[in-house]
Amino acid sequence: MSNYELMVIFTPVLSEEEYKAAQKKYEALVKENGGEVTHSKPWGLKSLAYPVAKKTTGLYWVMEYTAPTSFNEKLKIQLLRDESAMRHMFTVLDKYAVEYNNKKKSGVQYSGNEKAEA
Amino acid sequence: MAKTNEIKYLTAIKAEKRPKKYCRFKKMGIHYIDYKDGDFLKKFLNEQGKLLPRRITGNSLKFQRKVSEAVKKARQMAILPYVTDLMK
Repeated sequence: MSNYELMVIFTPVLSEEEYKAAQKKYEALVKENGGEVTHSKPWGLKSLAYPVAKKTTGLYWVMEYTAPTSFNEKLKIQLLRDESAMRHMFTVLDKYAVEYNNKKKSGVQYSGNEKAEA
Repeated sequence: MAKTNEIKYLTAIKAEKRPKKYCRFKKMGIHYIDYKDGDFLKKFLNEQGKLLPRRITGNSLKFQRKVSEAVKKARQMAILPYVTDLMK
């Protein structure tokens, strides 16, 4: 059961409830396969740094979950099949990353963000 | 015309002492560099969006690699551009 973080960019054409439905679908998928969603944070509509799939904006969604190692393959197949998800990325979280995310979630102002000049 | 190396200065030329560079991550005790945090990562990019070398950012090798990995992930997820002009 290792910690993962999934970030997905949905097409901006999605309406609000489709966006929520897509999130619920993947969260349910995690729970089905014995995983557990620790944190899900939709960023909503954001402009992309460069056009992706001919679109300049996208609906971002970040989900942090723990899951058995074999689960990510299944999730990837689902994501590739879902044409509303333009792009997705898995990242493995080590203990510092998990601690960072918990701190960020609990609203503690993490020292990394304030202006530290080179 | 006196040869240039013949010129003797009365006082030695004081080399301009620049402050010792330090790795901000070691000093701050940061262990994880988040790829989602675009504007923090922008500090390590130049105007064209290219990664700054270690001698300019002053990072230690371990954290420079973490920064470059985070920047590449951010570029993949369209948080940072691959190439741009006058990004700052």
